[in-house]
Amino acid sequence: MNWLLVIAGGAVGAPLRYLTDRVVRSRHDSTFPWGTFAVNITGCLVLGLLTGAAPDPHLQLLLGTGFCGALTTYSTFSHETLRLAEGKAGLLAAAYVTASVVAGLGAAFTGVWLGGAL
Amino acid sequence: MTAPDTAVLRGQGPVVAVVAAGGAIGACARYGAALLWPARTGGFPWTTFWVNVVGCAVIGVFMVVVTEFRAGHPLVRPFFGTGVLGGFTTFSTYTVDIQKLVEDGHPGTGIAYLAATLLAALTAVTLAATATRRALKGKKSL
Repeated sequence: MNWLLVIAGGAVGAPLRYLTDRVVRSRHDSTFPWGTFAVNITGCLVLGLLTGAAPDPHLQLLLGTGFCGALTTYSTFSHETLRLAEGKAGLLAAAYVTASVVAGLGAAFTGVWLGGAL
Repeated sequence: MTAPDTAVLRGQGPVVAVVAAGGAIGACARYGAALLWPARTGGFPWTTFWVNVVGCAVIGVFMVVVTEFRAGHPLVRPFFGTGVLGGFTTFSTYTVDIQKLVEDGHPGTGIAYLAATLLAALTAVTLAATATRRALKGKKSL
């Protein structure tokens, strides 16, 4: 049962990340990876809400471990940073890393606080 | 939804299916790692740390192979890169674990974890991509 919840969450989170990135790319012709940035920050907020609200462990597995875990990504984040740095966009790479960490932490702290207030 | 949105999503069925399958596999691998090596409350989140660092090293190898050496089937990259590795690694658990460490009175561990993950992940992807390029140098490429 637990594995099925993780599978279900992961099978929704990952394609949602892919589709979001595709839509964002089609609208913004930018070298800054806005798509990954958007899903990572959104995932931090949702996981923060879940952590603050402390729902039952099954919902935590489905939405936390499965959905938020697969919606957000560290591998694409680091690879995009490397690509920016290799493409002589070192400042943009540094800005991407800083913005992701600062906004991600901000979203996580806000989410936990909001979730606790629910 | 406006017209450009639906256009950009058209014909994405097979890709979405393989990304979903890959994401489920990646999420299960991460969940399995968390069951095998459970995190200690208030301690350094080693399991998520290694999951993210290993995922970054693997994507460094994988992206060089598929973009500079052999692309393979068009669904390979979305399945493995976007699906499996994207589902395996996590940014949300990373930031929420830092929040928990700070709230539980371990801000030092939280800051160390923040910096160590960032440094190790970026080093892993860079070294993996460089080593793969070097290993494949001179071999038949794209």
